[in-house]
Amino acid sequence: MKLIGGYTEEMRESIEKVEKTRDRRMKMEFEAMSMAERDEVLNKYHPDYKPELKRTVSLGPNKGDIAPNEVVDLLEAHPLITEKDIDLTKIDYDVDLLIIGGGGGGTVAALWANDNGIPAENILMVTKLRHGDANSMMAQGGIQAADREEDSPILHYLDAIGGGHFANKPDLVEALVKDAPFILKWHEELGVQYDKNQDGTYMERAGGGTSRFRLHSSKDYTGMEIMRVIRDEFRNREIPVLEFTPAIELLKDDEGNVAGAVLYNMETEQYFVVRAKATVLATGGFGRLHIQQFPTTNHYGATADGLVMAYRAGAKLRDLDTVQYHPTGAAYPEQIVGLLITEKVRGMGAQPVNKNGELFVFPMEPRDVEAASFIRECYGRGNGVETPTGMHGIWLDSPMIEEINGEGAIHEGLDAMYRMYNRFGIDMTKDPILVYPTLHYQNGGVEINANAQTSIPGLFAGGEVEGGVHGKNRLMGNSLLDYNVFGRRAGISAAKWALKRSKPGQLTLNHVSSYERQMMDAGIKTERRSPMLLPDYRGKKVLARMLDDVL
Amino acid sequence: MTEEEKNMITVHIMGKAHEVPAGLTIMKAMEYAGYQFIRGSGCRAGFCGACATVYRLAGEYKLRTALACQTAAEDGMFLTQLPFVPANRQEYHVAEIEPGPGTLAEYFPEITRCVSCNTCTKSCPQDLDVMDYIQMSIRGDFEAVSKLSFDCIQCGLCVARCPAEISHYHVAQLARRLYGKYQSPVPQHLMTRLEEIEAGKFDEAISELKSLNATELEERYTAREIEKIERGEVMDE
Repeated sequence: MKLIGGYTEEMRESIEKVEKTRDRRMKMEFEAMSMAERDEVLNKYHPDYKPELKRTVSLGPNKGDIAPNEVVDLLEAHPLITEKDIDLTKIDYDVDLLIIGGGGGGTVAALWANDNGIPAENILMVTKLRHGDANSMMAQGGIQAADREEDSPILHYLDAIGGGHFANKPDLVEALVKDAPFILKWHEELGVQYDKNQDGTYMERAGGGTSRFRLHSSKDYTGMEIMRVIRDEFRNREIPVLEFTPAIELLKDDEGNVAGAVLYNMETEQYFVVRAKATVLATGGFGRLHIQQFPTTNHYGATADGLVMAYRAGAKLRDLDTVQYHPTGAAYPEQIVGLLITEKVRGMGAQPVNKNGELFVFPMEPRDVEAASFIRECYGRGNGVETPTGMHGIWLDSPMIEEINGEGAIHEGLDAMYRMYNRFGIDMTKDPILVYPTLHYQNGGVEINANAQTSIPGLFAGGEVEGGVHGKNRLMGNSLLDYNVFGRRAGISAAKWALKRSKPGQLTLNHVSSYERQMMDAGIKTERRSPMLLPDYRGKKVLARMLDDVL
Repeated sequence: MTEEEKNMITVHIMGKAHEVPAGLTIMKAMEYAGYQFIRGSGCRAGFCGACATVYRLAGEYKLRTALACQTAAEDGMFLTQLPFVPANRQEYHVAEIEPGPGTLAEYFPEITRCVSCNTCTKSCPQDLDVMDYIQMSIRGDFEAVSKLSFDCIQCGLCVARCPAEISHYHVAQLARRLYGKYQSPVPQHLMTRLEEIEAGKFDEAISELKSLNATELEERYTAREIEKIERGEVMDE
């Protein structure tokens, strides 16, 4: 296959059209949609609005609720272990606080628990991959905080709750927007570097669905910069961490409080028992379930383990019926299909255009609306650009960024993106890049209150695993904020809880046996087991994640 | 022969030959060959440094480095991953450090052993000027180290290759934190907003929003004014 600057001849023909219309488009404003127009495109084209690919949960606290088949499959599955497999009288780790998950939420929770009276040696973090292997590391665009004079937490509240289709839990949104400026100050004290103007003010940008420029970034490595710093701080405090050793089931005490977990060392295949006065769940989301066969931006371990464990222990979940598809995943070249193209690319001025070089949507709609519009343009109107593997995509006219912001703007603000494309011979300062929606975020999760407590005593949650903050659709820049705000609240609440309590009594896995009985009563016959721990891409499965027929 | 079989290449994974379709990344090629990663696969998008890989191409003497998730597999490649790098890390508390020109060398004296061979720079899968930032570390220029090292994903390939046994990325991490904390002050507008929040300036309005029903809330939402991107203003403002 002959490639010119990374693209096929057919794609080059379309790029010429994009170049021809650029000057005209530079002066164009595309009207944002009305609520009725949003509803129309969502109903017809958003993957969430396809009821045939979801089903009701048949047991547990959310019995009767609707969720994607891939999620229900994991909830309606047998555990990896039974009560008989594990000797719960032999305790391997006896701590005040167990933190499950080594991403942003877990790290922030550990630091704040430590600040609130739990000594480092009485904390244990366990994580499935390495400390920091998490979606937190991959977030590019930025973090929201209403800190400009023209902005206010009130507007941040309205933006978040409107973007979430008014289904968000108000107490959680209030906590999110009011804590946000404090989180930035905390980051500054730890030495996180945000992009600043010459006069020392923050450089802030628009995100989809935000009514003010409110997005703080560190080039397009924002998630990595925050995660590197908080992990460094965590290491300096000598908080113990077990890597490659995920929790596979929560433990309870004889009073029904969550009291630790069973761990599984994936490398040595050994099981361990942790007894803990308080437990924080920070296991992240479910992108690697490839819901509706979508490719994903998510890290390797995003397999919903926390949802499964919490649900078996009796925790209530919420808003699992919606899934966030990021409008701009890479659609070409094949090696990077599904990887995140940060919203900041549009935030800096690149327009989404079709194969004829036409702008067809307001570039900054909330994510679900923008994604549905891209799908409509490709498959409803037949205006997508076809790749050699048969995928369809939309151009993001990245050369506009430098025309608007001056030469060097892409290196200055989007180096990760530039580097990724350059590795495959594409220069995004000169040519547009091709995108298509990709599975990005678990909007819902384990229900918490404003103190990050779940519905079961002793269990707290922070980050993507919890639900309620974002309602039915999260806005850009609110996920880094979420794990900081609720990771912190989870750490503080868990510390307070642990300091008040003596060591848990008899440990039990009764709830797991009882869940098995409920499955039998519900008539579920299956060989499936969960948590999944790792996705399986061996052999031809690695090729099966291409998206060719979404509608 | 199917279309797929015609486009097969041979890669040698830890010395074992495997036939895989052309056009996959090294990571996907390993999976196609039957490996299920425990180590060696993290974000799969070039941000976490879990998949540092060392390889040689057919007919070459040169030892190359890459991220398995961001590099296409090539015919005749011999490769292995680096599951872990035992880099020297120092303990410190940034709040207790008074940064000065000698701070980095005090915590990481081995930086002065740099022989300027440039192997670190050549081994960096992010194409960073690693040797330059080590030189700037010796001088104690936190800003320069921050800028040059900012895109570091901490994969450890530089450390594994360095003849002077420097732990480059740990040096850079300390430099960036010190620069961020001490040389890039907290903006005044953030402090003002914090005071306002503390004084309860927004509490009443947010309580009111919380009390609205969905229809009323939707009205407020649709009525809000959207700040527009002024062309040319976004970067400089």
